[in-house]
Amino acid sequence: MENKYAIEANALSIYYGSFMAVNNVDMLIEAQKITAIIGPSGCGKSTLLRAFNRMNDFVPGCHVTGELLMQGKNLYSKDIDPVEVRRKIGMVFQKPNPFPKSIYENIAWGARINGFKGNMDELVEQSLLGAALWDEVKDKLQDSAYALSGGQQQRLCIARTIAIQPEIILMDEPASALDPISTLRIEELMQELKKNYTIIIVTHNMQQAARVSDYTAMMMLDKEGSRSGTVIEFSETKRIFTNPKDKRTEDYVTGRFG
Amino acid sequence: MNLKSAEARKFRQFDLKKKFRISESIIQASLFFAGILSIFITIAIVYELGKEAMLFFNDPDVTLGKFLGTTKWQPGIGQYGIWALVSATLVTSFIAMVISLPLGLASAIYLSEYASSKARSILKPVLEILAGIPTVVYGYFALLFVTPILKSIFGDQIQVYNMLSAGLVMGIMILPLISSMSEDALSAVPRSLREAAYAMGATKVETSLQVVLPAALSGIGAALIVGISRAVGETMIVAVAAGSGPNFTFDPFKAAETMTGHIARISGGDLSYNSIDYTSLFAIAMMLFLLTLVLNLISQQIVNRFRERYE
Amino acid sequence: MSINSHYPQAEDFRHALNARYRAASIWQALFLSALLIAIISLLALIYNVLDGAFGFVAFDYKNDPAAYTSTPMSELTQKELAAILKDNLSSGAYNKLEKEQPLEKRSQAELYTLFLERLVELDTKNTWSMTESLLHENEIRAEVARKYPTAKLEFRSWLTPQFLVTPMSSKAEFAGVRTAILGSLWLVGIAILFALPIGTGAAIYLQEYAPKNFLTSIIQTNINNLSGVPSIVYGMLGLAVFVRVMEPLTSGSVFGVTDANGRTVLSAGLTMGILVLPLIIINAQEAIKAVPDSLRQAAYGVGATRWQTVWHHVLPNALPGILTGTILSISRALGETAPLIVVGASTFISMDPDSPFSKFTALPIQIYQWTTRAQSEFHAIAAGAIVVLLILLLTLNATAILLRNRFQRRW
Repeated sequence: MENKYAIEANALSIYYGSFMAVNNVDMLIEAQKITAIIGPSGCGKSTLLRAFNRMNDFVPGCHVTGELLMQGKNLYSKDIDPVEVRRKIGMVFQKPNPFPKSIYENIAWGARINGFKGNMDELVEQSLLGAALWDEVKDKLQDSAYALSGGQQQRLCIARTIAIQPEIILMDEPASALDPISTLRIEELMQELKKNYTIIIVTHNMQQAARVSDYTAMMMLDKEGSRSGTVIEFSETKRIFTNPKDKRTEDYVTGRFG
Repeated sequence: MNLKSAEARKFRQFDLKKKFRISESIIQASLFFAGILSIFITIAIVYELGKEAMLFFNDPDVTLGKFLGTTKWQPGIGQYGIWALVSATLVTSFIAMVISLPLGLASAIYLSEYASSKARSILKPVLEILAGIPTVVYGYFALLFVTPILKSIFGDQIQVYNMLSAGLVMGIMILPLISSMSEDALSAVPRSLREAAYAMGATKVETSLQVVLPAALSGIGAALIVGISRAVGETMIVAVAAGSGPNFTFDPFKAAETMTGHIARISGGDLSYNSIDYTSLFAIAMMLFLLTLVLNLISQQIVNRFRERYE
Repeated sequence: MSINSHYPQAEDFRHALNARYRAASIWQALFLSALLIAIISLLALIYNVLDGAFGFVAFDYKNDPAAYTSTPMSELTQKELAAILKDNLSSGAYNKLEKEQPLEKRSQAELYTLFLERLVELDTKNTWSMTESLLHENEIRAEVARKYPTAKLEFRSWLTPQFLVTPMSSKAEFAGVRTAILGSLWLVGIAILFALPIGTGAAIYLQEYAPKNFLTSIIQTNINNLSGVPSIVYGMLGLAVFVRVMEPLTSGSVFGVTDANGRTVLSAGLTMGILVLPLIIINAQEAIKAVPDSLRQAAYGVGATRWQTVWHHVLPNALPGILTGTILSISRALGETAPLIVVGASTFISMDPDSPFSKFTALPIQIYQWTTRAQSEFHAIAAGAIVVLLILLLTLNATAILLRNRFQRRW
């Protein structure tokens, strides 16, 4: 199948200046599936995730080697537009970060600047429906987004992301700042979203990875004393949690790590 | 998502090819220009001041020996002893620093170590108002308030225009600057250091003076240097209160003209371009610029190094 | 229990402690007194200015008012005054006044001033400060009676509504700050028009665009240094560049203005603009820095370009900070005097500035001029002008503080 993989990393390494943060990652991310990236803190999970939509461009001195392929194109080649990459690979951040504007504007802005010419009201409604937020906010679209609860704000951020119709949604510990109920709603939402989008999620929470994802990548510092992280094992989630190949993965998922 | 319209479907399509965004490039170029303009301003200062100053020094009548070795300044009749002006700058700046450094430092210690937040909210604005008063108003204050008081104390020993009055008022003017810079330095000293002193049974004063103050010393040094640079460059107070006419003296009761005061007085009158009076002003201004530049650079270096140590 | 250790005993400690506490309170009093000196200085300055702006004035008329009218001077109406002026002024002077503004359209106060200035020719003999006037009234009356037998003594406020709207005059009694206020407004307007867009642009460049390299650090250091350059040096720069080199432009001669040289309000405004530029840049940088990164990431995350992010999110959120910085720069520009002297503010001018190519004066220049005059009545109007300037500055700063508190956002 031609479009089985939404994005693939080939020998991808990420550097901050001369320091290698992520070492030589190979990953095939299947389309319309949820892929989780887990691992101890400081092993480069977020750095890797941010490499997928070139958010690391804003970090001075950050550069990559290797390839990141989307539909056969290397996203890091010179003729690729990073702005367009970010539009097609949306991102949801660790802490909800709505714009200090109305709920409506939060969603409409991204679409507008990207040249959306269709019916904006319809887009806003559909996006909010898609993020399971419509029923809660349909009567107060002009209210400030800051008046929403943390969980609602995070779903608003998801709605904002799907409004620009990306192919892939990156989520950087999207529920880590939320209470358990809100977390549950986000996880349910992810199952809905994967019908239309490919999702890559970084999480600290192994249970969460086990609950929501189809595939899991286990990241760790590549060797004792080094500070570069790498993917040590990548396969179906079920397998990572029940029958890992790598001893370190087993230690980590069973809580014997460190 | 179920968007029905054709536009909506089209929106989903994408092309990762690099787009040339012309407005984006124009904007970036203009912002860069705005950013680099400050460099051109510095170059313009150095070039224009330097050019005219060179004309002054290239005058066959002006020699370095006369410039640095004599004490009478009157370019119109061939007297080029810069010390006549420098002496007054030194005296007024010295008096100003003698006033503003201890007072500024003491108020900084009070504000950062003692004052309750309520007291601070009253005391800080007082200093801010002092800092915001135009220098010409300080000049009025020096001439019409401080000088009469000095006169009533010292009688005829002190001249109507005198460096003491100008220096004292300049000290008051610089006090808020020293105070706020010192306060920044003091509050940058980590809490742990204070707690260490308290835990050994030190009183608040002992902690402030023997632990916090030495730790903040370089920041306070930076404040001192910026203060000096302000005093050297200050014009209006001395132009109003210190007297007009170069006078080589270190007696603060006497009238004398500082470098800045001289520039203000001469340039305020009728001045023909290319005259020695005109070019000599640029020579003085160039000296002022270089002096304050060096002082500011040193203080910035100190502040940066100080910041690195505690951050 | 025998104690033969050499450690100090509890008693010794208590003794030492008391001494230490005494030292502590002395030091604390010293620290506080520094602030008290600052407060006293501020109060003294305000007192000094207000003291000068009100007080007794002894004056005489060169020509007897009774020669012009039988009505007591204080009861003259607007119509009567217009008639008196018409009858007694030379026709040339009268026509000139009519041309500026017809007499019947002028207010009673304005005509009364003209009456005093042109016809009876008021002549100030001496002035006293408010404190002197209040404490030594009898001595002053006696002195006036002795020295100027015909003079009248009046308690006068030098700060009147009339003072604000009257142009410059060579006689202190009739001088006002209208020309100076207008000049200051022109100056500040030109300075901000120049410095605000460029300063904000530079701040955006440095915070949002500039790569971390040598050039950027040079620019940053240079801006910090420029903010410490003495204002009179900017004046010299303005004199050399705007007044001299760019004279055709700043005098307006390329636009057909003929009677001006480079010492115009435009030159002064641009000089002032360059002077406040570093201040605006540094303040705007702080404001932009305070906008949280999460907001930028959110915008980039939905495919915004750099400029879209800056324009739609960073700038609106930094705006209150930038405006506060702008107001502070305006107050700096309003109070600066030295560069204006160097660039060539006019010492005497009674014409309102009406274009960028006008000659000009400004409030601080007037204060300087009047303070350095020998006659005490000029000191009195200098005090009046200082009150005007300080009220202007206080209003501006209060606005800045309100703005800062109102829009302070907690992220």
